[in-house]
Parts: sequence; C-alpha cells; structure tokens
Amino acid sequence: MGIELGHFALILATAIATVSSLAGFWGWRQSDRVALLLRQGAVLQFILVAAAFAALIQAFVTSDFSLALAYEHSHSQQPLLFKITSVWGNHEGSMVLWVMILVLMGAAVALFGRNLPRQLLTLVLTIQSLLAAAFGGFTLFTSNPFLRLTPAPLEGQELNPILQDIGLAIHPPLLYTGYVGFSICFSFAVAALISGRIDAAWARWVRPWALLSWCFLTLGIAMGSYWAYYELGWGGWWFWDPVENASFMPWLAGTALLHSALVMEKRNALKIWTIFLAIITFSLSLLGTFMVRSGVLTSVHSFATDPTRGLVILALLALFIGGAFALFALRASALRVGGLFAPISREGALILNNLFLSTATVAVLVGTLYPLLLEATTGKTISVGAPFFALTFGAVMAPLLIVLPFGPFMAWKRGDLVAVTQRLAWVAGLTVFVTILIFALSGGSISLAPLGLLLGVWVALGAIAELIDRAGIGRMPLRTSWNRLVGLPRSAFSTALAHFGLGVSVIGIVTASAWQLELITTMQPGTTKTIGEYTVRFDGIKDVQVENYVAEVGDFTVASGGHERQLTPERRVYTASGTPTTEAAIETYGFSQLYLQLGEQSADGSRTVRLWFKPYVTLIWLGAIIMALAGGLSLSDRRLRVGVARRVATAKPAPAE
Amino acid sequence: MTRKQRRLSVIAGLGLVLALAVGLILFALRDQIVFFYSPTEIHEKAVAAGTAVRLGGLVKQGTWKKSGDQNDFVVTDGTTDMVAHYTGILPDLFREGQGVVVEGAVATDGSFAATNVLAKHDEKYMPKEVVDELKAKGEWQRGEAGG
Repeated sequence: MGIELGHFALILATAIATVSSLAGFWGWRQSDRVALLLRQGAVLQFILVAAAFAALIQAFVTSDFSLALAYEHSHSQQPLLFKITSVWGNHEGSMVLWVMILVLMGAAVALFGRNLPRQLLTLVLTIQSLLAAAFGGFTLFTSNPFLRLTPAPLEGQELNPILQDIGLAIHPPLLYTGYVGFSICFSFAVAALISGRIDAAWARWVRPWALLSWCFLTLGIAMGSYWAYYELGWGGWWFWDPVENASFMPWLAGTALLHSALVMEKRNALKIWTIFLAIITFSLSLLGTFMVRSGVLTSVHSFATDPTRGLVILALLALFIGGAFALFALRASALRVGGLFAPISREGALILNNLFLSTATVAVLVGTLYPLLLEATTGKTISVGAPFFALTFGAVMAPLLIVLPFGPFMAWKRGDLVAVTQRLAWVAGLTVFVTILIFALSGGSISLAPLGLLLGVWVALGAIAELIDRAGIGRMPLRTSWNRLVGLPRSAFSTALAHFGLGVSVIGIVTASAWQLELITTMQPGTTKTIGEYTVRFDGIKDVQVENYVAEVGDFTVASGGHERQLTPERRVYTASGTPTTEAAIETYGFSQLYLQLGEQSADGSRTVRLWFKPYVTLIWLGAIIMALAGGLSLSDRRLRVGVARRVATAKPAPAE
Repeated sequence: MTRKQRRLSVIAGLGLVLALAVGLILFALRDQIVFFYSPTEIHEKAVAAGTAVRLGGLVKQGTWKKSGDQNDFVVTDGTTDMVAHYTGILPDLFREGQGVVVEGAVATDGSFAATNVLAKHDEKYMPKEVVDELKAKGEWQRGEAGG
C-alpha cells in the first residue's frame, strides 16, 4: 500500500512539475497568479517526492521484499542503518534521491525567494520544474523503483558489501546536494538569458546558492575520497577515476563561479562569463550523472547497465546543455558590459583565478572523456591515469597557487603590484624558512616535493597574512588592530579561511605522497616489523561472527615512543552473498596515519601484511572541511543573507501588503 | 590604458595560457596514457619491455602460486598465456578462472611484472575491457560474470 502511494506521489510530482514549467513558459511576463502557482507547485513537488522517498525507506526498513528494489539490494539481517542506506545504494533509489534534492532546491527558492523580482522568480521556478519533470520522468519510465514482485521472495539479496558502510549514509546525500544545488545557478542563468535582465543584484541572489552547493560538494568529494581511502584498501585517497573526476569538474567550475560572481556583484563586470560558468557548472554535474549512471564506465559507482537509460540521459543532457547554450549564443550579446578595470587589480586577479580553474577543468575533462571517445571511434582501449593528470592538472594549479595570495591584497579597479609584493615579502621569506625547516627535519631527498610544500605553506601563510595586514597588526597599537580585526566583515574571514584550507590540503597532499612509507611483508604470529618509528607486532587471528558476516580479525600491537595501540584489520565474508571484503586498520597519530591491510593466510600459517605510514595525510580532508566551513561562514554574512535586500527595500516605503 | 588595449591584453593572456594548456595536454596524451592489451595482443604487437600497459584476461585455473608476499599466476585469453608476477596483497575477489586486469610492464624475460592488480569489485562486476576481449574471442560465458 505504501509503495503504491509512493509511486503515485512520484507520478503526481512529475505531472505537477510538467504543468508548472508549461505554465511558467506561457505566463512568466504576465500575472502574479502564475508566480503563485509555480511557488506552490515547487513546494508540492518537494512534499510529494519526499513522500515517495519515505515510502521506499519504509519498505526497506520493514524488509518488504515484494518490492523488487528491496529484494535486489537489501537483506533482512542488515543493520538498520544499512537497510536505510540501501535505498540509494542502487541506480533507481539514487535517482529518487537526486530528484528529491532537485525539488528541495526548487522549494527552497519558492519559500525564501520572495524578495526576488517576480519575473525572475517565476522563470527560475519554471526551469527548475522543467528539470524536475525531465528527471522525474526519467526515473519513472526507465528506472522505476516502485515495481513489485509476485510472489514476494522471503529473503532479499544483499547490498553490495563494499557499500555497507557509514560512508554510504553520508557521501551520496552530501555529493548530490552539491551537484544538484548548482541546478539553481543554472536556472538563474537561463532565467536571466530569457528575460534579458541581469545586473549586480542577480549575482547577489545567485551567490548564496552557489556557495551552499559548493560547500556540500566540497564535503561530499572529501568524504568520498576518505571512504575510498579506508574502504578499498589500496591506501590511496584519489585515483583520478572518471567517476571521481565527474564530481571534481563541477567543483572546479563551481569554484570559478564563486569568484566570478564576486566580481559581478561588486563591480558589475564579467556578467556574460558568470552566466556561462553557471551553465557550465551544472552541465558538468549533468555530465557526471550521465557518466556514472549510464554504465559507460566500469567502477564501483556504475550500478546501471541498461543501455536505454544511458541514451535517455544523453538526450536529456543534450536538451538542457544544448538548449542553455543556444540561448546563451542568442542572448549573451544583449547583456551590457559594465565596470572598467585595469589588468592589475582585484578583478584582474579573479579573472586569472577563473582562467586557471577553467583550464584545469578542461584538462580533467579531456583526460576523462578521451578514453571514452577513442574507444567509441577507434575501438582502442586506453586508460588515462594519474601521470596524465599530475602533469596537466599540476602544471595549471601550480601557477594558480603562486598568484593566489596576491589576489586578496589587490585593490578593486586598479591595484599596485609592487606595493602588494612588498607587503607579501615577509610571507615569502617565512614560507621558505618554514619549508626548509620541515624539509631538514624530515630528512627527505631532493625532489618536486619541497616545491609542492612551498606552494602549500605559501598559500596557507598568505591567507593569514591578509588578515594580519587588514587588521594592521604590527603597524598599529595592539588594541587598535584587535578592534580592526574584530570589525572585519565575515567575508574577509571566510576568504582567508577558505584559502588557508586550500593551503592545508596542498600540504597534506604533498607530505602524504612524497614522504609516505610502504612495507609489504609476511608475518608469523608473534613476530614484529618496523616501519618508520613504529614497531608492529602480529599477535594472532581470531574468528568473529557478526550479524551478517563472518570475519577473521587480525590482532596487531603498534608500539611507538613507549605507547602501545591495538590495530584490528579484518577480512570479512558476507554470508548472504558470499562476497569477501577487507577492512584496513587505520590508526591516527596526530595528523599522520598508520594504515594496515591484512592479506590471506599462506600454507605455513604466515600472513601477508601491507603497511603504510602516511605523514600528515589527514590534512587533505581537514583542509576540505576548513574550506567548507569558510563557505558556511560566508553564507552567514548578514550582507549575503537572503531576505536582507527586501528588508532594506521595505524600510523606506510602508509595506504594501 | 584604453578599453581596446585592456581587452587585447586580456585576450593575449588568455590565449597564452590556453595554448600552454593545450600543448601540455597533447604532450601528456602522447606519453602518459596506458594501453589495454590481451596476452595475444602483447605477443603480436611485441610491446617493448618496460612500457606501462594494462593486461586483461582470465586467471588460468591451477596456475596461482603464492609464496609469502610473492604471487605468480598466468593470465590467459584462451589463445595466449602470459606469466605475471606480483608482490603484495591481491584484491579480495582475485580468483582462478575469474577476470583480472593487471597494471605493469613486460619484463625482459617475457613475463609480466605487475605493479597493481585489479579484480572485480563484486560478483556481478567484471572489467568491461575483459568482457569485450573475451566476447571477441568467444570465451565469454554468461554465467561467469552474471551481468
């Protein structure tokens, strides 16, 4: 019964979305009633899709295997959390989650966007409804999650054991919120192109949505990276896998969008480019959805192998991206260019940022799509791996990191490069000093690593230096500079914090890659091995039986500096499907981690053990969290908060209502 | 600086960076990509020793020998066999008779020195490259990979 209601709710939501978009296209110029219809439609869509999603969760939690999807992807013995996450641990369910977040964003605009000009609001909701109609229809017609089985099986097949992890509860919802959140920026861009009206206020309205999506995408990517790191047991945290690139490209483009929207908001310049980026960012999200969902790639993420789905997504992709760019080509020239500035200025620095970020996006795009295109056209199979991306992406990012600290120091309109360089000179000196210090202490060999470290430290210190400079610390009495620091707008702190986070991530990436220690060895119970400053003792193996799997649990004791800690790597076999998995043991020391993977037993009773020491590896994800926090801080800035414009506007005349 | 000069300088800068990026991408595409071969293709194309390639096929029944962390096994496509050596822990789903993709290079003695072994992620999953390869050779059995 619940399933049928859910099915009906999804059909109704798709129908409402279709009607809303048609009504919007027909009447966006005309009446307030159309605006009201679309706003109510947007909220209704969300309520209905949420109900459909709840119906799926209910069926999975109660192990109702008459639902085909629950039968295929769940099992009555799975813990409750994994019963719930099984809902989106498959193609059909994850599409419902995708659509739910899409309509959630639409409903949020409808509820919080009352201060928007009526025509703009109507058009944004029109485009958003069109997206909801298209992807709701896609879900219903090619990947319906509500199909029943008769007779109902007594027991389900289980969720892929590799997905039975807390990561599945966190990673997809975060990532999807980021991905799909950019749909609002897309809708705003298309709305601006249709109405032909765009100004600094437009950027002010779009920026919170871009910022919100960007924060979620940042966290989603970082979480996915950490999950792959601890679950797949290869000790790597980024594989330049096409699916990872699919989420990374919208992030790069979205980062560029955040910066260009800033220029547009403050200086009314870069309008056309900002619109272009808004379209591109969501197009890359859609491309990511296509690559992951169409089955053209082989990876843990590709659940779908039905070719019709791929074709339909490709058609939707062509419709939305092609449509948006056609509109762009027709209307972009009508937008008036404003805001003059010299090349050496804050605007110039932000353009440079955009240039490097978009070039990096192109490099990743080429590396991701080239193998697919080559195979489709010539039948040759190749893989483009880490060396390609290290060379191209690295070569583009290095100059970006070098010029990054200069940006926030530049004045708008016309900057003074010499003066900025003088103000940054001490940071440069300190950077070199710190890097040499770290390098001397670590005693590593000469390689590219110190250069990478130099860049990370430079960016992190440069961010702090900006705050110090703006507060006038060192130039003024301490009390004055403290008051200045406290009085700085939140946007100044969020800029510095975001750049600091990036620097932290870069430092983590460099140290964890360049100074990592690896040891592959065999160990008999009772023997010890040493890696770096850590002595690892193998105490033995015990067999453990848990709810839905049996496991061999290795007992290891790690001694370092007089302290002992227990490590328990596992080799599991999931009873329902007979699938084996390994669970690496990871122990965190400060910011560094010791990573231990347990192998199979040899005939003589020994075990193959793979050990890594990864110095400062956690900084990679910590930096991403800092960046996301910085985004949150910026969102909380009063000047950006949605609704402020209305309060200011209604302050003068009496409210008309 | 006039509006025109400003625009020109921006465009020149853009062009320079883009040209640099395109050059880099082309250079990297020529040297940094890895080709995927079956044992037969490696044999026929006489892939030079030391060139990074991916080798795909089935792990031949009864050929997997493990001593300590050393693993030796034969990768076959039904026509040609190739001995592969790998030091380390094999993936969970590495099995004789199952599909495998091995990253590494041909050694001077004609065997394959593996740096990384990728096996199926689950019972249903088999590397697409291997499936295509086996289908082309008529070795493909549906029951084997289930999907």
